[in-house]
Amino acid sequence: MTKAPALFKPVKPSRQTGLPLPTIDQIMVEERAASFTKRSIKTTAKLAGLKMAVSMMDLTTLEGKDTPGKVAYLCRKALQPLDARYDVPSCGAVCVYPNMVRHARRFLGDSSPVNVASVATGFPSGQVPLRVKLEETRRAAADGADEIDMVIDRGAFLAGDHAKVFDEIALVKEACGAAHLKVILETGELVTYDNVRIASQIAMEAGGDFIKTSTGKVSPAATMPVTLVMLEAIRDYFYATGIRIGMKPAGGIRNSKQALHYLVMVRETLGDDWLTPELFRFGASTLVNDVLMQIVKTVDGNYQSLDYFSLP
Amino acid sequence: MKAKIKSAKKSVRVSAKLVASVPAGARAIAQTNHKPVPLNERRLNFGAKWNYAPAPEDFKYIKLAPRHELFINGKFIAPSTGKYFDSINPATEEKLTEIALANGQDVDLAVKSARRAYDKVWSKLPGRERGKYLYRIARIIQEKARELAVLETMDGGKTIKESRDVDLPLVAAHFFYHAGWADKLQYAFPGRTPQPLGVAGQIIPWNFPLLMAAWKIAPALACGNTVVLKPAETTSITALRLAQIFQEAELPEGVVNIITGAGDTGAAMVNHPDINKIAFTGSTDVGKLIAKSLTGTGKKLTLELGGKAANIIFEDAPIDQAVEGIIAGIYFNQGHVCCAGSRLLVQEGIYPTVIRKLRDRIQTLRVGNPLDKNTDIGAINSRSQLEKIRELVQSGVAEGAELVQTRCTLPERGYWYPPSFLTGVTASHRVAQEEIFGPVLSVMTFRTPEEAFERANNTPYGLSAGVWTDKGSKIFKMVNKLRAGVVWANTYNTFDPTSPFGGYKESGFGREGGVQGLSAYLRLGLCQGTLPTSRPNTRF
Repeated sequence: MTKAPALFKPVKPSRQTGLPLPTIDQIMVEERAASFTKRSIKTTAKLAGLKMAVSMMDLTTLEGKDTPGKVAYLCRKALQPLDARYDVPSCGAVCVYPNMVRHARRFLGDSSPVNVASVATGFPSGQVPLRVKLEETRRAAADGADEIDMVIDRGAFLAGDHAKVFDEIALVKEACGAAHLKVILETGELVTYDNVRIASQIAMEAGGDFIKTSTGKVSPAATMPVTLVMLEAIRDYFYATGIRIGMKPAGGIRNSKQALHYLVMVRETLGDDWLTPELFRFGASTLVNDVLMQIVKTVDGNYQSLDYFSLP
Repeated sequence: MKAKIKSAKKSVRVSAKLVASVPAGARAIAQTNHKPVPLNERRLNFGAKWNYAPAPEDFKYIKLAPRHELFINGKFIAPSTGKYFDSINPATEEKLTEIALANGQDVDLAVKSARRAYDKVWSKLPGRERGKYLYRIARIIQEKARELAVLETMDGGKTIKESRDVDLPLVAAHFFYHAGWADKLQYAFPGRTPQPLGVAGQIIPWNFPLLMAAWKIAPALACGNTVVLKPAETTSITALRLAQIFQEAELPEGVVNIITGAGDTGAAMVNHPDINKIAFTGSTDVGKLIAKSLTGTGKKLTLELGGKAANIIFEDAPIDQAVEGIIAGIYFNQGHVCCAGSRLLVQEGIYPTVIRKLRDRIQTLRVGNPLDKNTDIGAINSRSQLEKIRELVQSGVAEGAELVQTRCTLPERGYWYPPSFLTGVTASHRVAQEEIFGPVLSVMTFRTPEEAFERANNTPYGLSAGVWTDKGSKIFKMVNKLRAGVVWANTYNTFDPTSPFGGYKESGFGREGGVQGLSAYLRLGLCQGTLPTSRPNTRF
């Protein structure tokens, strides 16, 4: 069967998605994002929020100098972040390079509450051939990754080839098998909020289970307004399809106050259903001990120095 | 190699549901792991999974005198009536303090004091000296901002978040801004000789007590006038606290006098023969009375009255941000805002989307103790205002509109109204015509830009309007067609002392803020050296 030729070459292919994509007003979205930081989270709410933040954390090490030993530190920290008497949940996942996946899997065991997440597809730049991306994804999944954090082809996106971006995500999703797919938009390279919104839509429609702001290797990484734009995209997508997509801001979230601000934003944008590690994660490498420090302060009433908190 | 990739694509299973929304040229779709929620169960759940603990602003350190006197000639003096009235905290219905009731005799005393200060001191001071006082006042306000914000919240019921983050910064900004003008008036009006008017009588409303005081006092003083100010009877406390700041700033005696009381006190001031100008912000009914009584007296007048502003959302608007604009437009300060975007005009194509988003959004508005830092909607200012809101909403429902309200529990004591909107409203409904002055939005639809500005202009008022579209040319087209003093594009209820504010039609005349606002407190002589005439000021 031959397809009828298109009458017009589409100027903005992304606008032809089933959902009409709204534009984003920079000033207002930044104002709205800032308004969440005005919420005052105290006492019981603070403690509950901080514990929730720990459970949503993807403890991350993504360095060339990573070793199985370093990954072991990370896994143990993720399993039990703090002394049992503080009743702190384990983290959502550890996030490592593909080469470290089998080590992480080995340290955590097969029935661990902590997932193993692996970056893939030529992370962080994505500048490798598609077949390499797919192979990397398959291997990471085969080595035992529960979650794959892929990067989109920003070059193709910015060149207007949204279809290529879509295809790659769909193929990586297939290569994931049973593993969940998080799609990293690298919003710092997309620059405009309109682009973030379009990329979110493509990632969700192509099969991403999560959308994620950044690799952490590009500045700016996650910001409140960018995350808000993505949360709003998730909201519209949910109403249109009934599918709940997860959100993962990553990079730049370093202290508990910021983490609470993000949780406030999720709570007031998507509601209670998204306040779960299944649908919200923080990608962070240094956040965890600041959050734990605040938990200890809230429970015991005084601060301890960082020497009292094990390094991940 | 290519063949391999192709085969990989072919093996991908295609979900029929997703196919429609694939970008052009895309070929492969993987099936998602998620099970879609059925259409009738798709809703956001703003429940109690993670409740915010109370976060009350401390107010115990604030000393509030049991009785507040009149501020005349730099001193606090008892009213000649010997009478006082109660000032109530609308969030608790508890009495905060007693406020002096001024009569005609007190008004006369205040006007005489202002006249004396004008003749002997203030009109003789060079502009830069007046500016110094204003700068000093602005700095003291900044220093005392937290205390003033808490008082404003206790006195008027507005949330601490707003009095802290909006009212007080703007109050200081108005004094700073006008301090800068005090010695540069001739540059504001090239070729003219700006001269002060004399004694300005000013009457301000209860919705932004301190901010309105600043809007009125700062330009009047910068231009060399002296002032008699009457705050609204339900919200006099912060104006009297401002009087203490004037004392602290060593503002010469009598330059600002503050008299308190209700309508009779205001009438006595309006009718006082030795007043040169009346500036009034308040209801259109009272504004009309003032305009009538000033006819033929030669007193200058500016009126800033009611409004029923249209907030217009086009299909090409940034919708999520427009919804924030709707919220800021109508629920800011419990809707006690004369420029509130109380008529929402939505283009038909996006009507269901906007309503759905609005329903979700108002669920996240927190109503309750205004001193709690997480409260978004505070108390209604007075029982009478609450009754007025209820009555108008009732009429809307009776006339066939559908009422949507949040499912929040309201405190037992105090005056409260949940954030609400009415759908199915037409231009003939009372709720589309009359100012509700509460957290109630009337939602209407339109089809074309022409219809939008026709409907927006179809009101006796003309204070403000909002336009939401991503298209710059549409903004300019609308701005030129809308008969409103302020038109916000892709924002709402944004204020700045450099920007003039004021109305068309029954929303009043005259401007406050900016260069235009200065001219309301000046006589503009035609050229250097000539004596100022009583030529009416038409520079708007």
